[in-house]
Order: sequence, then C-alpha cells, then structure tokens
Amino acid sequence: MTKTITDVICPFCGTLCDDIEVTVSDDGKKILEVFNACAIGNEKFHHAMAKDRPVRPRMQQADGTYKEVSYDEAVEYTAQMLANAKKPLMYGWSSTNCEAQSIGHEIAEAVGAVVDNTAAVCHGTTLIAVQDVGIPSCTLGEIKNRADRILFWGCNPAHAHPRHMSRYSIFPRGFFTGKGSQSRKLIVVDPRHSDTSKLADVYYQVEQGRDYELLQAFRTALKGEWLPDVVAGIPKERIYEGAELMKSGRFGIIFFGMGVTQTLGKNHNIDAAISLTKDLNEYTKFSIMPMRGHYNVTGSGEVLAWQFGFPYSVDLSRGYARYNPGDTSSIDLLIRGEVDSVFTIASDPGAHFPISAVKRIASLPSVAVDPHITPTTEVSKLHVPVAFVGIEVGGNAYRMDNVPIDTRKVVDPPEGVLTDEQFLERVLIRVKELKGVKA
Amino acid sequence: MNTVTLTPKKQSDLYLEVNNITPDMFAGKSTEQIAALPVYVGNTEHPLGEFFTVTGAAGASAAETRIVIKGDSSRLKYIGMKMTAGEIEVEGSADQYVGGWMAGGKIHVQGNVQAFAGVGMRGGELLVDGNAGDYLGAAYRGDWRGMQGGKIYIKGNAGSDLGYFMNGGTIVVDGDVDVFVGTHAEGGTIIIKGNAKSKVGGQMVQGEIYVFGTIDVMLPGYIYRQELEKEVEGMKGKFALFEGDTAERHPKRKGQLQYAKLYLKQ
Amino acid sequence: MTEFLIKNGFVFDPTLKIKGDVADVAIKNGKIVETDAVKKPKVIDASGKTVMAGGLEIHAHIAGPKVNVGRIYRPEDKLFNATAGLKATPTHMNTRMEGGFSIPTTYKTGYNYARLGYTTAMEAAMPPLFARHVHEEMRDTPIIDEGAYPVFGNNWFVLEYIKNREINNTAAYIAWLLEATKGFAIKSVNPGGTEAWGWGLNCLQVTDPVPYFDVTPQEITTGLIEANELLGLPHSLHIHGNNLGNPGNYTTTLDTLKAAEGHKAKNKFHREQVLHHTHIQFHSYGGDKWANFESKARPIMDYVNKHKNITVDVGFVTLDETTTMTADGPFEHHLTELNHLKWANVDVELETAAGVVPYVYSPDIFVCGVQWAIGLEIALLSKDPMRCFITTDHPNAGPFTRYPRILKWLMSQKARDEQIKAFKNSDKVVNGSEIASFDRELTLYEVAAMTRAGPAKALGLSHMYGGLKPGLDADVAVYNFNPEKENSPDEIEKAFSTVQYLFKTGEKIIKDGEIVSNGNKRTLWVHAKVEENPQVMRDIEEKFVKYYTVTKGNYEVHGKHFIPNPLAIEVDAT
Ligand code: SF4
Ligand SMILES: [Zn+2]
Repeated sequence: MTKTITDVICPFCGTLCDDIEVTVSDDGKKILEVFNACAIGNEKFHHAMAKDRPVRPRMQQADGTYKEVSYDEAVEYTAQMLANAKKPLMYGWSSTNCEAQSIGHEIAEAVGAVVDNTAAVCHGTTLIAVQDVGIPSCTLGEIKNRADRILFWGCNPAHAHPRHMSRYSIFPRGFFTGKGSQSRKLIVVDPRHSDTSKLADVYYQVEQGRDYELLQAFRTALKGEWLPDVVAGIPKERIYEGAELMKSGRFGIIFFGMGVTQTLGKNHNIDAAISLTKDLNEYTKFSIMPMRGHYNVTGSGEVLAWQFGFPYSVDLSRGYARYNPGDTSSIDLLIRGEVDSVFTIASDPGAHFPISAVKRIASLPSVAVDPHITPTTEVSKLHVPVAFVGIEVGGNAYRMDNVPIDTRKVVDPPEGVLTDEQFLERVLIRVKELKGVKA
Repeated sequence: MNTVTLTPKKQSDLYLEVNNITPDMFAGKSTEQIAALPVYVGNTEHPLGEFFTVTGAAGASAAETRIVIKGDSSRLKYIGMKMTAGEIEVEGSADQYVGGWMAGGKIHVQGNVQAFAGVGMRGGELLVDGNAGDYLGAAYRGDWRGMQGGKIYIKGNAGSDLGYFMNGGTIVVDGDVDVFVGTHAEGGTIIIKGNAKSKVGGQMVQGEIYVFGTIDVMLPGYIYRQELEKEVEGMKGKFALFEGDTAERHPKRKGQLQYAKLYLKQ
Repeated sequence: MTEFLIKNGFVFDPTLKIKGDVADVAIKNGKIVETDAVKKPKVIDASGKTVMAGGLEIHAHIAGPKVNVGRIYRPEDKLFNATAGLKATPTHMNTRMEGGFSIPTTYKTGYNYARLGYTTAMEAAMPPLFARHVHEEMRDTPIIDEGAYPVFGNNWFVLEYIKNREINNTAAYIAWLLEATKGFAIKSVNPGGTEAWGWGLNCLQVTDPVPYFDVTPQEITTGLIEANELLGLPHSLHIHGNNLGNPGNYTTTLDTLKAAEGHKAKNKFHREQVLHHTHIQFHSYGGDKWANFESKARPIMDYVNKHKNITVDVGFVTLDETTTMTADGPFEHHLTELNHLKWANVDVELETAAGVVPYVYSPDIFVCGVQWAIGLEIALLSKDPMRCFITTDHPNAGPFTRYPRILKWLMSQKARDEQIKAFKNSDKVVNGSEIASFDRELTLYEVAAMTRAGPAKALGLSHMYGGLKPGLDADVAVYNFNPEKENSPDEIEKAFSTVQYLFKTGEKIIKDGEIVSNGNKRTLWVHAKVEENPQVMRDIEEKFVKYYTVTKGNYEVHGKHFIPNPLAIEVDAT
C-alpha cells in the first residue's frame, strides 16, 4: 500500500507552494509520485531519490580527491575550524529551515562569525532600499483577491517561479477578482522579451541599465510633470499612458526580480520602484513585492533580524552585531581578504559568486553542508551531506511575502544521514566546549 | 598642539579595526596608555602597541592632539571614527570608514581611502590627496540623516553613492565620480570638478550639485531653468541651472516649491 | 526547586491590600507560599527596598511580522547600541547578544522586561496568518511569559457573521482561530477601517460602513463584545478604536466606548470589564487641526471612571525617537504623509493589515508636548488604578524601557514641571493641556495596581499573576527603592530601571541587577471549547479553498519548534 501525503510544501522557490501531494512507498522511504508541483519543484522531490547521492561526509585530500569520513570527524573539523578562526564567514541558510538557522546563529555568536545569506547575491539590494524608503506590500492572497494591475519588472516568473502566475498573480479568481486574468491588466518591463512578456497587455522594453531613469520617469509622469521626449528608450507618451494605467486600477502590485536588483542602479532601482508604489497610494491602492528566489531566504532574513536586528550580512566578530553591506557582505569580505575560513550551508556560492571570491573559498579552510555535490562542495575542504529539508525533515520556512509555512517531512533520509539541525547542534556543542562556554 | 606618531611594526593577517585611533581617545594619555588601547582583528583584541610603535606625546585635550600614522594604513579600518577635534595625518592610504561619524577636527590622508569615508559625518574636515571609494559622505544604512556638516575634499576621483542622504556640509571632488551623486539629499553642497556618469541628484529634495565636466545621462526629473554666472570654489564660470528632482516631494517656502539645484558648467 | 524568603522589604500589593508595610514573601515550588511554609529558604535581605509582584505588560508590539519589519528596515535603530552577550563562567549563565533601541531584538526584549521587573508581556496584535512567526519570536524572547492577541476586527469571517448578526458563529470561529493560532484574546484594530484600507480607504467614524461588507465599526465592536462574553474568555475584547491619532478624535473614542454599555462580563476568571480600550492617549485628542490640537483626557477619563465595565491602558508618549507600528494600516499611511519617513505596509489576506513608520516625538514640537501631557493626565485623572494601566503601546509612543521615566513623571510633580519647562513651546503645551495644574503624585500602591494587579485582573489571569498572595506564581521584583526616604525624580527613575532581584515562577532570574538565568518562559493561549458548529467549519474549509493562499492544513500552528512550553488556559463554552 502506498500513502499519499497532502498539503506538502515545495522546498524549492520563494513561491513556496503548499498544495503539493506526494505518494510514497509503503515503508515511507521512497517518493513515487509528486502532484501539483511545477517541473522544477517536481525535479527537486525526485532529486532526493538519486541513487548516487553522497551519504557520508567527504574530506578533500592533498591530491584533490575526496575521502569519506565519519560525521564525528566532520563535526570535529567544522568546530575546530570555526573556533580557531578570527573571522569566519558562515554563508547560505536560504535552503534550510528556520530551526537550523537558529542553531547556526548560536554557533556564529559563540565563535564571532559573520552570518550572511543568499540575499547577498539577489535581494540584498532590495533590503537596502527597504531600509532607505520602506516598503508598502501585502500577502499574495491580497493580489489573488483584489489586484487588477500587475507589473512584472525585471523578472520572468514563467521560468523562475512557474506557479506564481497561476496561484497568485495573473490567473487566479479571487474574492473581488472573479474573472481571473480578465479582471487584470498585465504590464511587463524588461530589456529582453521573455515568456512572461508574451502575456503582457503592455510591454516596456527598457534600455539596459536605465531602469532607474524609467522608474523615476513614471513618478514624474504621475505628478503630471514635464518629461524629455524619450526616457530609457521609451517615448514619453507611453510613459504617461503607463502612469495612467497604474493609477486607474483599484489595486496594483509591482513584482520585481534580479533583472533590477543586480543590474546598474541596484538598490536605487528598487528604491525608485518602492517610491513609485508609495506615490501611487495617493491615488489608489498599490503594493510591491520582491520575487525571492530560494524557498527560505526570506526566513533567514527574518530569523537574523529578530535575533540580531539585521536581515543579512551580519558581522558578529566584535561580540555584538554590526551590519553594513559593502563591508560586512560575503563577496566583499572574500574579495577584500577579510575572512579566514568559510562555512557554507544550504546555498551554492561556488556557482553564484564571482570567480575571485570562489577562489578565496578554495584557498581557505572551508566546510560545505549540502545534500548535493555542488560547485561549492567541490571547492571546499569538507563536504557534509545532509537530509533534504522539506522532504526528509520538516521545519519552518517563509514565503516571498513573509508568510511562514511549516514544511513537511514526506520520507526518511537515507540511513545515517544527519539533518542540518542535527549536524549543527553537534557542532554547537563542540564549539561551546572549545570556547569554554557552558552548554 | 602635541603629536603622537604611530609607526607600524607588524602587519596583521586580517584587517585591523582602529576606531580607537582618534585624538579623543589619545588625549591626556601617556604613550604607554595609548599603546595599551585595544585594536581588533576579527574576533580578537590586541593592544595597539602590538602593531605600532607609539612615540611623541598626546595633548591634554583632543583639540591639542595630532596623530601621525606612518607607513601603509591600507588595512586599517575606522581611522578617526567619531573624532570631535584635533588632527590625524595618514601618510599612506587608508581603508574603510575614515572619519566615519566624525564631528570635528581634521583628517588628512595622503593616499587613497576606501568606501564609507566620512559616513554619517557631522562636522570637521576630511582631506584626501588620492581617490575615495563608494559611499563618500553618505548616511549609515537606513538613516535619513546623512552628512550634516563639515567638509570633505577629494583631490582624485570618487566612487558611487557620494553624498547619499546628505543634509548639510560640502563635498568637493577634483576628479570624476561614479553613478549616484547626492541621491535623496535634502541639503548640502556637492562640487564635482571632473565628469559624472549618470543618476546625478536622483530623488533629491533640496541642496546643490555643481558639475564642471559632463554628465553622461541626465535624469528625467531635472528641468532646465536658466544660465547664470557663479563663483564656486574660487572658480568663476557660466552654469546652466537645472531644478529637480520633479519625481520627488518638495517643501514649499513662501508658496514656492523648493527644488534641488543642479549646476552644469558651460 | 529552591525555596526563597524575601525578608523585610516594603511590600506593595493591591491583591493583599498591603501599602508599603514591611513584610516577608516566601517562594516554594514556583509559587508564593505562606512564610512558614518554607523550611530552609535562601534568604534575600530586602530591607530598605521595595517589593512587588512581577510586572505585567498588557499591550506591546514585541513579536511578529511588523515588529520584525521594524527591525529589518531600521538598521540605524541599532547603530552603536548593540551589546555582547555575557559569556558563561562557572558562576554565570550565558546570555545572548542584544541590540536595538525602539525595536530591540527578541533577546534584548526579554532581558529588558526582566530588568524592569516585568515577568509577563502580551503581544498586542498577531495577524493570524503570521501566527507562526509571532510564536517563533516569542520562543526566542527569554524569561517572560507571553501571549499574543490575534486580530479580528477586519477579518472577513467576522465581518460576514456580524453583518448577519450571527454571534454564535462568530464565537465558534473565534474559538477555532484561537486554537489554530494559539492566541490569547480578541483584538480589534480600527474595526472595519483596516479592511477598507485594502482599497486605500478608511472608516474614521463608528458609523462608517465597511466597503462591500456593509457593516459598521460599531456593529463589529458590539458583536465582538457579545462573542467574547458568550465564550467567557479570560480577557475582554481588546480594542484600538477608529480615528486614532487625529485631532478631535475623542468623540469617536466616546462612541467606541459606548459599545460596552449594557454589557456585563461573564467569565470564571473574575474579570469585570467587557471592553479594554488600548493606548487611549492616542484617542483623546481635541481641536480640529494640528494648530489647535488639545487634550481631551478629561472627558475621556470622566467616562471611563464612571463605567466599571471598561478598562484602559495609556500609551504614554516618552519624547523619544521611536518606531510606530500598528494594524491600523491607513493611519500609518497618514503618518508617512505627515513626516515623510520610510513607510512599510503589509496587507494580510482576509484578515488585517499593518503599517510601520519611524517617528520622532520631539520636545521641540508643540503637538508632541501635548501628547506627552495627555498620557500623564489620563493616568492622573484615573479614579481606579485597577482599571487604568501603564503602557507606551511599545514602541508606538515610546519604548517600554522608558517605564521608569514614566513612573518618575507620575510620582513627582517636580519631574513634570521640569519637563514642561524644557519644552520649546512650553506655553502652548500648557495651554493645550491641563497637566501643569495637576498636583497628584501616584503612590507605589497605585503603581502596583496599574502595572501588576490591574492588568492581571483585566487579562483574567489574577489566579496566576499580579500579586503576592500565596498560591500565585512566584513572580517577584525587588527594587532598590526606599519609599520612606525623600527621593529625587532621577532617583525614582534610576531605582526602577534595574531590579535588584527578580524571581520568575520561583526561579531567580536577576541577582544584584545582573541576569543569572534565561528562565523558563511559557506561552499562554486560550483553549475555548464550543459546541460543534458544522456551518462554521464548512465556511472555514470554503474560504481556504477559494481565497487563502495557504491550505487550511498549513495554517494551524503545531509543534514544539513554535511553542516549546505552552500553557493553555481552558475555557468551556459548550
Ligand atoms: S513554483 Fe516554486 S514552489 Fe511552486 S512547485 Fe514550482 S518550484 Fe516549487
Ligand atoms: Zn498597539
């Protein structure tokens, strides 16, 4: 007899779909079928079943090959590395649960580390903008139930967040939006055509690197002020029209992604987009929301904030928390040579950091905790494989709109494989011993 | 005025945080006491004397104390942080946060400075012979009260986000600047003698920016008003006056909207 | 568990009617016991010191999504005030790092309440969809017992049921939601107005109908009072009325309070009020514009004093730079239009909204001075300190860490006069308020009522908290304050800033002003049993399928990782 588990949460992207159904084998060890998930979500569940998955820690040898070691040895290496470092970097946290993040933070506090998450390479700039001008936002259900103006700016949900449009933004029929997509106007702003822009009622092909100018032009247009004939490659008539279209809705939303957070202008682009949203609230109701990538990068920011006061790039080295991206942010720390060991978990900086930063990781004592073999594990001295959160162990996660959803366990991890929490708990105990802190 | 000289005797493996190198901290202390002040390498604390030979004598007050840092300071963070008076002479280049949150006194860096020089500055003078990094004279993250007063003078070039959320004081850059100048400023004066790229004066409410060279791309929210004669930093010339940023809110004075002013040399 | 005997302190306890007599307090097995019930107690010498029960916070924003938005978006609130945790030594407990002024980290929140002698605090607004977040933060707030009030005043189920006058269904839904979210009481913020904010609108008066739902704030308030008393919950309806923060709003407040008329408390917890109006300072404004802004504390307190079925907390303005945050979404939008500071807003599907804006209560601004005066006037006009409680609506009117300063102002006319003199517009402040003519100075007995016994009774928790009667939880604070001596205003503030000793459910938490234990915090929630109600259960299923973006199965809060140490208050409404 197989079992079907309902209300399963997909631990892949920030859409954090919670309506997944999974059929598992009788013994609770195998995933047989996954329903409702998109292709990438589906893939994530099946990946956990891969035969060649590492199930024991692996230590890099002098010749570059890996040798299997015990979890005890892995705990010892990790604890020694962190306890002996003057400024260790503990990076990642975006694809694990909040409970593991919490334990990690306690380790970081004990050893005086810098804690950072993957916002460093995606929406950290958004957080900077939020710190400068705030953020009028809402939960995704508000969009489903009320929104009649949807803007996608510098993002392509059709690829990166496949079920976003059907669950929340374009297609769903909500309380005040009974006609689904017919009750909505879709505006897309992107330098490149995409599968998302194909669906748009209005599409703005903004000149590369001129998002800030276009956003500010929309704000200027909204106030009825003068504009030059062309801004960011868009004729001014179309900008005034766009401003009118936004204003004329009852409830609007701007979704934005890495096309604006990581291109020229960075935090300022988001700052201008948020300011535009704020301005629109003089006329109607408008909200704005980042399309967060990793399924629990939002949660990492939340836990860091309530424990230390800052959402990413938190430097605990002096015994108290400091924050200033540009100084305390991972890539800057690595490239500038400010850290002397690197612990990564639930992320893949090896694939996403600039090459000079990755080289620095490779040159330092380093540990990577990840269920997979990844570019990061391949440059780290020690790879600790762990259970898949949201599949082999539950725990809390935060959706892109900050809604907390408790992920579920659907199958057991392979025999003897620790969870993030179990591994971190053991490292914490050992670190406290090494630092002479009462447990 | 008395002078304390710090001569490096050992390089630290990581960066050294020297927020205690200020006339305020040195004043009234013997060289031994100064050498015992803590400096920080990551999570470790060391006496300043482990990295520097301390010679000379401090004055009785910060105002009477001058500090000379010899050699290369390019791995020293927070030189002159929160200083209120006195002088610091850095003979080499310095790292981040030079003169951060300084309220008075004078810092002269003969080489370059990295990001966040003069962050949260309230008063005093910061003079750099070389280049400055990003966030020169900017606000600390999240604070709407950036540079309040004082003067920053950069003889070389400066990075992006200069004068971010500036409220007062003056920043002069002899060379070129990167993107985002005076963003969100509500006061103060920025003078760029070289060229600017783009995004100059974005979301600026009030305050003045002078650009002697060129601006690659003007923001849409700046409107040309008139041409006028001006004397700036001892140089006379014709400037085109633009007002903006029209995208932003602006206060009214005597029924008139008050805009930020952007002067472009003709 | 260790036994303690706190000897020879000046004890202030309204539950025992002790007004500063020298007495002993004994602790055993986590409870207060008769002094002869302890055999070999550790003796604490409290001679020359003040002894009270642990303080009770009835309304503060200390855990959850909007508090954390505040933390996330205000790094400057932590600049230069973050401090290291205390490393463990053989004699010392390990404490965590702390940071933040107006929106401290969770650890700092717990430690700071303990330092002030507080042992219990209520999070004043929990958006049900974010209940897990609230619980995670409460879990990470050490020492103090906590509970959270889910918000109901703009909830679609409630609006629909009340519109149809279905009070039974309202009550059944409330019982379900309290269990689903592990909530403690019924909170209503700007009833109807926050739903209107979904469209950028508001309900400023109690008779303004809510768009689409076509029910008025008045009807919502009355309906919630009825549902609350039908269930017999420990606390009453806890309301933040309409029209907060606007000149002339005191009439709206009187209209809101009138909803309580004719209702009587029905519960087994000895609670007497049917309506608790929170941070009433923000609702006691006269004038019709900022230029003629003035205090209307007197008409409000005249009404409150006459109506025994109402309690209030003040929301004192502390004259600090702080962070405002409320489920009153339209108000925060209004505020950002006034002060142009960064604005965060979160609208929550089917339930509520929240806004956050930093605010500087400057002693140089006339309106801030009058707001300061109104808070003090409310407390000083109160005839029954068991019904008027000390809060700052933390962090809205100021951070709770200013309680000692508020005590100074309440206990010393000299302290008030000094502050009035320090205002830039002191004449205008005096003209716009009555504060300068007040000579009342609160006694410690009254303070104990306003901070301990009163809130405990209003919360329906007088069987656990608020006094030193044998049988109550052993939450005891010892302050280095000799009430028989002449104390200067600053000595008052200093003495109440850090307790000398603090005991929490019998455990020693603070010794000589220093934290020695992270305690054993509990999460309070109310488990209300009601008759089965298939219609409400069907409605819940339907709304989750059609309108929520999470499934019902993923809405309910379960598990030790959210609530490691729950304490359910049982209510039987079958
Ligand atoms: S949209 Fe994202 S969360 Fe939803 S199923 Fe696909 S990958 Fe998973
Ligand atoms: Zn409140």
